[in-house]
Amino acid sequence: MFSEEKLNKVKEIIARYPAGKQKSALIPVLHLAQEVSGGWLSSETMDYVASLLQITPIEVYEVATFYSMFNLQPVGQYVFEVCQTGPCMLRGSDNIIDYIKKKLDIGVGQTTKDGLFTLKTVECLGACGYAPMMQLGKHYREHLTPEKVDAIIEECRSKAN
Amino acid sequence: MAEEKKLFKVKIDNISVEVEPGTTILNAARQIGGDIVPPAMCYYSKLKGSGGKCRTCLVKVSKGSDADPRPMPKLVASCRTTVMDGMEVANITSPEVLEARKGVVEFLLLNHPLDCPVCDQAGECHLQDLSYEHGADSTRYEFKRRTFDKVDIGDKIQLHMTRCILCYRCVFTADQLTEKREHGVLGRGEAAEIGTYIQQSLDNNFIGNVIDVCPVGALTDKTFRFKNRVWFLKPVDAHRECNDPKCCGKVALWMRGDEVFRVTARKDKYGEVEEWICDTCRFDKKEVKDWVIEGPRKIERQSVISQGHYVGVNKPKETLVEVLDGRQPKLLLDIHNISEVNKPNIDLSQINGPAHSDDFNK
Amino acid sequence: MGRKLLFDKAHIEGIRYYDVYRANGGYGSAEKALKSMSPDQVLDEVKKSGLRGRGGAGFPTGMKWSFIAKPEGVPRYLVCNADESEPGTFKDRYLMEFLPHLLIEGLLISSYTLGCNSCYIYIRGEYAWIPDILEEAIADAKKNGWLGKNIQGTGFDLEIYVQRGAGAYICGEETALIESLEGKRGNPRIKPPFPAVKGLWDCPTVVNNVETLATVVPILRIGGEEYAKYGTGKSTGTKLISACGNINKPGVYEIEMNISVEEFIYSDEYCGGIANGKRLKACIPGGSSVPILPANLLLKTAKGEPRMMTYESLADGGFATGTMLGSGGFIVLDEDQCIVKNTLTFARFYHHESCGQCSPCREGTGWMKRVLLNIENGKGKMSDIDLLWDIQRKIEGNTICPLGDAAAWPVAAAIRHFRDEFEWHVLHPEEATKRNYGLAHYADPLEIAAPAAV
Ligand SMILES: Cc1cc2nc3c(=O)[nH]c(=O)nc-3n(C[C@H](O)[C@H](O)[C@H](O)COP(=O)(O)O)c2cc1C
Ligand code: SF4
Ligand code: SF4
Ligand code: FES
Ligand code: FES
Repeated sequence: MFSEEKLNKVKEIIARYPAGKQKSALIPVLHLAQEVSGGWLSSETMDYVASLLQITPIEVYEVATFYSMFNLQPVGQYVFEVCQTGPCMLRGSDNIIDYIKKKLDIGVGQTTKDGLFTLKTVECLGACGYAPMMQLGKHYREHLTPEKVDAIIEECRSKAN
Repeated sequence: MAEEKKLFKVKIDNISVEVEPGTTILNAARQIGGDIVPPAMCYYSKLKGSGGKCRTCLVKVSKGSDADPRPMPKLVASCRTTVMDGMEVANITSPEVLEARKGVVEFLLLNHPLDCPVCDQAGECHLQDLSYEHGADSTRYEFKRRTFDKVDIGDKIQLHMTRCILCYRCVFTADQLTEKREHGVLGRGEAAEIGTYIQQSLDNNFIGNVIDVCPVGALTDKTFRFKNRVWFLKPVDAHRECNDPKCCGKVALWMRGDEVFRVTARKDKYGEVEEWICDTCRFDKKEVKDWVIEGPRKIERQSVISQGHYVGVNKPKETLVEVLDGRQPKLLLDIHNISEVNKPNIDLSQINGPAHSDDFNK
Repeated sequence: MGRKLLFDKAHIEGIRYYDVYRANGGYGSAEKALKSMSPDQVLDEVKKSGLRGRGGAGFPTGMKWSFIAKPEGVPRYLVCNADESEPGTFKDRYLMEFLPHLLIEGLLISSYTLGCNSCYIYIRGEYAWIPDILEEAIADAKKNGWLGKNIQGTGFDLEIYVQRGAGAYICGEETALIESLEGKRGNPRIKPPFPAVKGLWDCPTVVNNVETLATVVPILRIGGEEYAKYGTGKSTGTKLISACGNINKPGVYEIEMNISVEEFIYSDEYCGGIANGKRLKACIPGGSSVPILPANLLLKTAKGEPRMMTYESLADGGFATGTMLGSGGFIVLDEDQCIVKNTLTFARFYHHESCGQCSPCREGTGWMKRVLLNIENGKGKMSDIDLLWDIQRKIEGNTICPLGDAAAWPVAAAIRHFRDEFEWHVLHPEEATKRNYGLAHYADPLEIAAPAAV
């Protein structure tokens, strides 16, 4: 499932730990696996990771279901993860969430019909001073306004085409 | 010259005991015995790493040790705190401990379905005993309880997750008794559950022991389900030559007349198994001729099974509304949602005279 | 301008790159430590500095380091806690993004002191772009002989690795972090044993916050004694404060621990006052888990003294009238903000983040969230307020790790100081969905209790 390059990356990660402690590579390798499998982890993917690290599948399931960044269901191509905790709420994150819901015509946790966008609410992402904010892929989008949200949606649409 | 082993002096609820260094407060209390033993829902002396999670065994350390007499700032889990020389501990003599324990019991029961009337574990459920002894009379939780569908993990064991208190005992059991653990704790926080992720059956000749370690009715023996209530059965000690070297072959048979309804390991007064048994003995040997009967088993634990009936229940003479301080009784569960015995299509009020099992078998 | 020790060079263009950092005196402290001091001498300087852990608990760093077990032939590990997930806190992120070499230099000195040859930076998974910055800086430091084998010819070896988490606040708790680093669920361990004896892979381990470890650099530069002259009393040195909420200038500030809360909020050097000309209603000065204070108790202690930005002054009055400096996540609420709503978001946060291992936290956090949601939605009862109080009381102190306390405190403090706002929500459910309770009396000057006659 992994390319040669990714397999080398896995080897490099395992080498960070003492011999026999390759289980420590589990979370980094799950990140890699999620990246190459459309942003989510199927049970086949997890079983593959288990075999790579020579651990039992249940050890992988236990971890994958614990951490909120691992998606166990398919998600849209672009996932809007809008923070809703206190500091962001004080700065109007609720309005941003409502705006995105209307604009994309989806509820929290749903994906648009074209499979492009998923809206999620998340808890504090450590950008409270730059609120309201969301995570989009690897990066944060901060100081959100309805206009900025519009621009982000346009940007994603044009990239997708 | 052999060094003389120094014992630690500990006082629990003003009763002194001398124990080996490294002993936990809970085990020191068990050496004293009686009422001062803290209840333990997750600790299991035969499982390494168990304990610390349920918080029912919290106690107050009013004196740390002779060397450092300061009290500990918080209540501690007695199952995971080792004694020091000169330590003084308060369990049932501390109102603070009793209050905290009541809180813990309330938390444990918060999402519990309270379906004891249809639960196989009723009568030997530690949560039932615990709430009876330490719990409040009614729930203050007004929200929908968490529910899960029950699942079969294999054809011998059923998991009824709604009843689970996440003690992790079954996980430790699988880790320590079987070659490859196939079930575990999935999800996080309130959504954490015991499961296999992809439905699969657990098969390993020792996995059946999870049934015995489970303090509630979350893991039950499918080969026994609903056949009978435990308090109608007589436990009998028995043994056989088991060819699995890890199995002790010493069991308790739960019998009625000449029929073996269920086979379990033998449990001590704290509800812990004395020795593990294999799945062949547990699930496949249900004939009297399979066993050498030793004699009736004495159940030491104070529980409903010890006497064949509920102990210490004062039947109220008042009406239910009076007992509940004027509140109308609430429907806590709809028995038809849960029970496969009481068929919903049979209307009890339409039956002439007392209902009989035949009425349900029509 | 307040004196700076961490951000003194932060304005320099390109300071995040090795050459610029080095040209401005970077790695000077490491050079001094590795080449002219023994590990014990470095430890001594850190002890003298009075540095206290910047991750939230404020435990003296020098003392923590002296606890590490040193059994023969067993490796020791330093783990840098970059999980930064406490709502209101975003200071470590700034350090790592803009001053990565300052952190690496701090890790080098600290590892040398503790005798560790491998060091892991455990960074929250959502900070997905920062590992690239750190790994680039690590590679540059290595190229220049500050990492790897035989560093600067001293014979000391060190490798630093970056490990990403994957979304779990609880992994900021040091034993949960260690579990996560071992590739497991982030369930906190039951202590003892403490990490200093049995930590990562059962070896002696020290876990310190990013800021704590970076601060070792200026301590070595100016000396522990000199460092201790910064700040006030036991709150020595400077502290990074991440300010957010309804203020004019949210951001990360380095303060010397000798300024007042009032100055921090209102001066143009820091927060620049409350946004949109509103008035201050309340503040949570140390991250979401510390008690919220109404404006009047925030600016002055119950004794009527000005409240200072120090560990001691913020905690003055205990939980009855004080709060905590915590991790320095400074959250400001203006007069239009609803305390019930704010408390609800925190309760939701802790419910979401509970690992689920122990029953009071697993069950209690969700219960509190649901009761608060009812109150917020106009379905609350008066008895719910007492119920909330009772639930938080039964969680606090009865759990495996401090997340239980962290979940209980915000609820307790909100009820303690803003009970009338909760009652108003219950009594005026219609109105409460349309408008806020407002500032009410929360900024009124407090009556100062006369000192007891002697
Ligand atoms: C629930 C919880 C979350 C925590 N999160 C963090 C965190 O994100 N970053 C951090 O540095 N410390 C965090 N801590 C504190 C750590 O357990 C630990 O005390 C700290 O890393 C020690 O470093 P210090 O002495 O340098 O402050 C957390 C503690 C708890 C109980
Ligand atoms: S299923 Fe039973 S043994 Fe397993 S965790 Fe739940 S309560 Fe404990
Ligand atoms: S207090 Fe909460 S987070 Fe900490 S161990 Fe218990 S359940 Fe987990
Ligand atoms: S509260 Fe939204 S990033 Fe911290
Ligand atoms: S028995 Fe001690 S915490 Fe569960």
